[in-house]
Amino acid sequence: MANPTKLVVDCSTGITEEIELTDAEVAQMQADAETYAAQKAAEETAAAAVEAKKVSGKAKLKALGLSDAEIDALVG
Amino acid sequence: MTNTFDKIQTVTVGSGGAANIEFTSIPGTYTDLKIFGSTRSGSSSGNQLALRFNSDTGSNYSRKLLYGDGSSVQSFSGTSETYARFAFTQSSTFTASVFNNFVIYIPNYATSLTKVAGAEGVTENNATQAEASLHGITWNSSAAITIITLLDSGSTNFAQYSSATLYGIKNT
Repeated sequence: MANPTKLVVDCSTGITEEIELTDAEVAQMQADAETYAAQKAAEETAAAAVEAKKVSGKAKLKALGLSDAEIDALVG
Repeated sequence: MTNTFDKIQTVTVGSGGAANIEFTSIPGTYTDLKIFGSTRSGSSSGNQLALRFNSDTGSNYSRKLLYGDGSSVQSFSGTSETYARFAFTQSSTFTASVFNNFVIYIPNYATSLTKVAGAEGVTENNATQAEASLHGITWNSSAAITIITLLDSGSTNFAQYSSATLYGIKNT
């Protein structure tokens, strides 16, 4: 099965070529995808942690007597 | 102050799609570079677009990201990465035939200074889910930039009609 291709434009000549990726470039693509999946998972975990802290913080503010409108004005 | 703003080259993806878009032999005669792009992914995964300078796959890129996605605002940073993410992809599940758009600004690309870049991008979708992002990028290299590669970090092809245009800016 043929490898994916890339479009390469030579800015000195203006010539654009469609070139099949080398096996090394395909391996790099796969490594990139694995890297991105790990980054995305870590960022989703971090975002969930921030959201949990936001919920917890709002609950504590409400327990102090702040209204929902006051809490939203403070922390969004 | 920008006195010259020249189009260097445009690339448009054909019917078969393309994994990467590469600008090569970039002339060193400008002060700054700017890329305007409009792309759509061949995948339903919500990936991010990324770039590499001079085909460098080493852990030499850092980034700061601020984005909103229709339901929340988040910020992230990364160091020692092997590519520089710069915008969200336009998922194939988003409104048909609609593309994202982005701008990347690369000042002092031909100097021996560490390279920095700023990027802004938006996806377009007739639904709640859509992203707007700002990225700050650093490439830890003293080499002049002569090659810029645009790719999908999820290893997905750019869809047909995706395009990118490279401009050169001179201050004289």
